[in-house]
Amino acid sequence: MSTRLPTGGVLVDRNKPVRFSFNGKKMTGLEGDTLASALLAGNVRVVGRSFKYHRHRGIVGCGPEDPNGLMTLGTGNRLTPNQQATTTRLFEGLSARSQNHWPSLEFDLGGVVDKVSSLTPAGFYYKTFIQPRRAWKHVYEPLIRQAAGLGRPPRDRDPDLYEHFHAHVDLLVIGGGISGLIAASIAGRAGLRVLLLEQFWELGGRTPVDVEMLGDEAPRDWIAERVEELNALENVHLRCRTCAVGVYDHGYVLANERVGEGTGDEGELRNRLWRIRARKIILASGAIERPLCFVNNDVPGVMLASAVRDYVTNFGVSPGDRTVVVTNNDDAYRTVNCLVRAGLDVPMVVDARPVPGPVAAEAKELGVNVVSNRAIANVEGTKGITGVSVCSQAGEGTVLERLDCEVVAVSGGWSPAVHLWSHCSGRLRWDDTRAMFRPDRTRPPLASDGEEQMVVVGSANGMLQLDKVIADAAEGTVTAVRALGGDADPGFLPEVAVQSESPASPVWLMPNGMDLRTRAKAWIDFQNDVKVSDIELAVREGFESSEHVKRYTTLGMATDQGKTSNINGLAILARSLNTPIEQTGTTTFRPPYTAVPMGAIAGKARGSLFKPTRRTPMDAWHDANGAYWEPVGDWRRPYCYLQGEESVDEAVRRECLSVRRSAGIIDASTLGKILVSGPDAGRFLDMMYTNMMSTLRPGRCRYGLMCNDNGFLMDDGVVARLSDESFLCHTTTGGADHIHGWMEEWLQTEWWDWQVHVVNITEQFAQIGIAGPHARKLLSSLGGMNLGAEDLPFMCWIDGQLAGHDVRVFRISFSGELSFEVAVRGSEGLELWRKIIEAGQNFDAGVYGTEALHILRAEVGFIMIGDETDGTVTPQDLGLTWALSRKKEDFLGKRAQERSYLTSPDRWRLVGLLRVEGNTPLAHGAYAVSSENSEFGHTRMIGRVTSSYYSPILDRPIAMALVENGPEMQGTILEFVEKDGRVRAEIVDPVFYHPSAAARN
Amino acid sequence: MLKLTCPYCGIEADETELHGGGEAHLERAAGGAGDSELEQYLFIRSNPRGVHFERWHHIHGCGKWFHAARCTETMEVFGTYSAQTLRPPENTLSEIKRRRPNWVNA
Ligand SMILES: [Zn+2]
Repeated sequence: MSTRLPTGGVLVDRNKPVRFSFNGKKMTGLEGDTLASALLAGNVRVVGRSFKYHRHRGIVGCGPEDPNGLMTLGTGNRLTPNQQATTTRLFEGLSARSQNHWPSLEFDLGGVVDKVSSLTPAGFYYKTFIQPRRAWKHVYEPLIRQAAGLGRPPRDRDPDLYEHFHAHVDLLVIGGGISGLIAASIAGRAGLRVLLLEQFWELGGRTPVDVEMLGDEAPRDWIAERVEELNALENVHLRCRTCAVGVYDHGYVLANERVGEGTGDEGELRNRLWRIRARKIILASGAIERPLCFVNNDVPGVMLASAVRDYVTNFGVSPGDRTVVVTNNDDAYRTVNCLVRAGLDVPMVVDARPVPGPVAAEAKELGVNVVSNRAIANVEGTKGITGVSVCSQAGEGTVLERLDCEVVAVSGGWSPAVHLWSHCSGRLRWDDTRAMFRPDRTRPPLASDGEEQMVVVGSANGMLQLDKVIADAAEGTVTAVRALGGDADPGFLPEVAVQSESPASPVWLMPNGMDLRTRAKAWIDFQNDVKVSDIELAVREGFESSEHVKRYTTLGMATDQGKTSNINGLAILARSLNTPIEQTGTTTFRPPYTAVPMGAIAGKARGSLFKPTRRTPMDAWHDANGAYWEPVGDWRRPYCYLQGEESVDEAVRRECLSVRRSAGIIDASTLGKILVSGPDAGRFLDMMYTNMMSTLRPGRCRYGLMCNDNGFLMDDGVVARLSDESFLCHTTTGGADHIHGWMEEWLQTEWWDWQVHVVNITEQFAQIGIAGPHARKLLSSLGGMNLGAEDLPFMCWIDGQLAGHDVRVFRISFSGELSFEVAVRGSEGLELWRKIIEAGQNFDAGVYGTEALHILRAEVGFIMIGDETDGTVTPQDLGLTWALSRKKEDFLGKRAQERSYLTSPDRWRLVGLLRVEGNTPLAHGAYAVSSENSEFGHTRMIGRVTSSYYSPILDRPIAMALVENGPEMQGTILEFVEKDGRVRAEIVDPVFYHPSAAARN
Repeated sequence: MLKLTCPYCGIEADETELHGGGEAHLERAAGGAGDSELEQYLFIRSNPRGVHFERWHHIHGCGKWFHAARCTETMEVFGTYSAQTLRPPENTLSEIKRRRPNWVNA
């Protein structure tokens, strides 16, 4: 069993018990524990199930490399899935649940898959769930969805706080091990602004566990001195529990700081996302130990050798009484020494090398049985190890002897943690003597000026002996500091004797001649259940590129991103392809290095701060008077105003009829208003609009269309010429910012010699629309200006005063009715609005919203940008050829509209539709289908409903549609496909309603 | 995430302040242009692996469009310059040639 040792554990405080729960069971750990060390101390050895075969899985590592200990932490609305037990610091009241099992961790139905695993090889999903087609929807997909997934997202709103923090530094040091501390010290002494990030909550990295003496000091003392010294420097900041997760172009780095645990009051700060710009980055991210591939190497109790000594030394936890150590290198002997010193039994060291080197002799002096050229033939047990059998490494697996044990500590050598080096295209090269992919310092990620952005040092650079680590960290930092103009002095470094280690021998398969049948039980990727046999199968099926094999087998695609599996997988691939590993290459490492909660990514951008709402000056009035809101662009606008108990449909109907029968008032302030002025303004607008604008006389208005240079319609609106050299261009509500930017772009990048000035004055003016037969009487009753048909003809504007306000009145109409738009200073908008509403009471006028506006427009056959257009529709399609100037040689879109595809008579063009039967509007977007199938026997679509309403004045549904040859087919009856079957509609003229001429004047 | 210096306001701008506008120095096919000229303008882009001239808009800054010469492979920036020019300025071209001696301006 795994248990807490009577002594030891430098990171835990034995006087401070911490209570927590695991799968509902109450447990106690110590302050300073990780969740993983506390679980091991409490003899919890199975912490989860694997993704595909649901095999029992135990803790393998001691840091972010651990693939198995994934937990859901917290409860209710403070639930966080997929947290690593090895990186979660234990705290009072922690509630952890294991994942990926159903119904329980002990008894998991998914485990049945393991019994038939020969039926589910690599690419299983791709191959199996293809046929029969029908089964996908009803059988396969529901089953896979039930079985798949790691963890479940919380269902309720997260009550806690997340924030972003921006930092600009000269030197960012990633990793707080000995290399990182040396780097920060050299740069800090040179006066540079330094930020050091450490993912764990202790600084010093592996050194205190792996090293006896640093010069003449204990490693912990030397580290404490450095930290004290660094903390005293104002230009240096050290941040623990902060993991650099992504490196991006030009020295941009994201890091996730774990601040709170969700145990304080709701609303506490949980995570801080650091957004860092660094002039240079020192990568001191260390190295990750590799497992070895032997049969049943995934049974709980098979752990990384380094993790075993971490648990013993740092947490005083014994992973088990009897540990067999399996290695291909000298480093694992540190675990042997550590276990023996702690009084634990090491029945055998299985060294795969033919000649293990002097460390083996030292271990033998401690009384340990070291065997060389040996391998593990099999691991016995399911929920925990009961024993192992040993064979010859060079052979095929014939068992030589068997022994009892509870733990197998494995070391397949070390891989530099190169992920952050690779995120921004730093290159790697294979180092054959070290048997590892190392960063190629001649091809680093580059800064914007082409200089090296990142310097990699220490074990991240492939240095595995203390003296080399220290020298490399100093050398790399001195280079970086000097490049930043600093004066580097590494005088404080400890004197460390030259270390010698016998070379590791690369062992990718154990034993080397493992037979085919057992390869199906030798795991590479513990989380995604990828075995040696899966990679070999992929190769047999023709996959050669590492990127393809990765996707086909899902190797390294789990949440741990292959931290322990990647190199072993690539080596097996190279072996199967019979190519050198450097030729196989690695797959691409992508951010994030460790998981980042969605809350941290969102930061403060949630709720009302996600996207601020734009409000008109009359917004408060609308809100107090029954507005039923709808978002339009970034604005909110009343869809309609609800009175009493009426429904939305009833309100819309009442508002429409009020405009047609008396008068309606609408807040049109959101309409885009762009002032275009200068000597070349007319010439410029002739390019922007399809119409001729330069001939418009001051005082007049003209409806205009704007196309992009691909010929497609993008916006429309009324242009008013204010003077010889200035125009006011109205745009759609959603288009104002875009059209303003569009005009600026053409002026700055194409016609920069034209003298034109463009300014967006949308928010400077409130605009009020008054439409209906009583509109003139209503406005005139406010007093101040004459608005007669001679004073203000249709499509003209005049300045004047209404009820004491300076106003500009436009006589334009989108409903076919007599209609005015009154613009007033934004600050006076609400006051004038109230006066017009009050005056309107004498004329039976009511306010109306956007839905009535749309219906009134559609009734008279006016198009709506975004309804009738979708970026692929030309003015010609909509029958708007009258708005296309024939005199102009050029305007945006003119040349493109002459393309044969856009002039084809077969294009879908605008028509009106009236239902033959039924009294509900046609479905938006419903397709018309031809009675004849296509040449391939498919249903042929010949048109589409673009807008559809119930017209209150006509008391029937109306619709507009784009139909193939539509305008030539008036009177034809089309069939439209709706959810409940087909409906019939007749093609008619899109102008459904004609207000009387008298009313319009 | 790129850093580009806006030649108008002098700010070393973060990419979040900027909006990319595609390839620079395209020639607009005006009314009356031939089919291949129009195709070239609307659809044909050089998309090189290496030196690229591109348009950027300092949209959350001074609002000006400018051009950048950048390596699409290494993200190095050779220079930024006014959008109101038909070709890259000499100092930008010589900086590219200094760092990419074999580069030929297509
Ligand atoms: Zn700028």
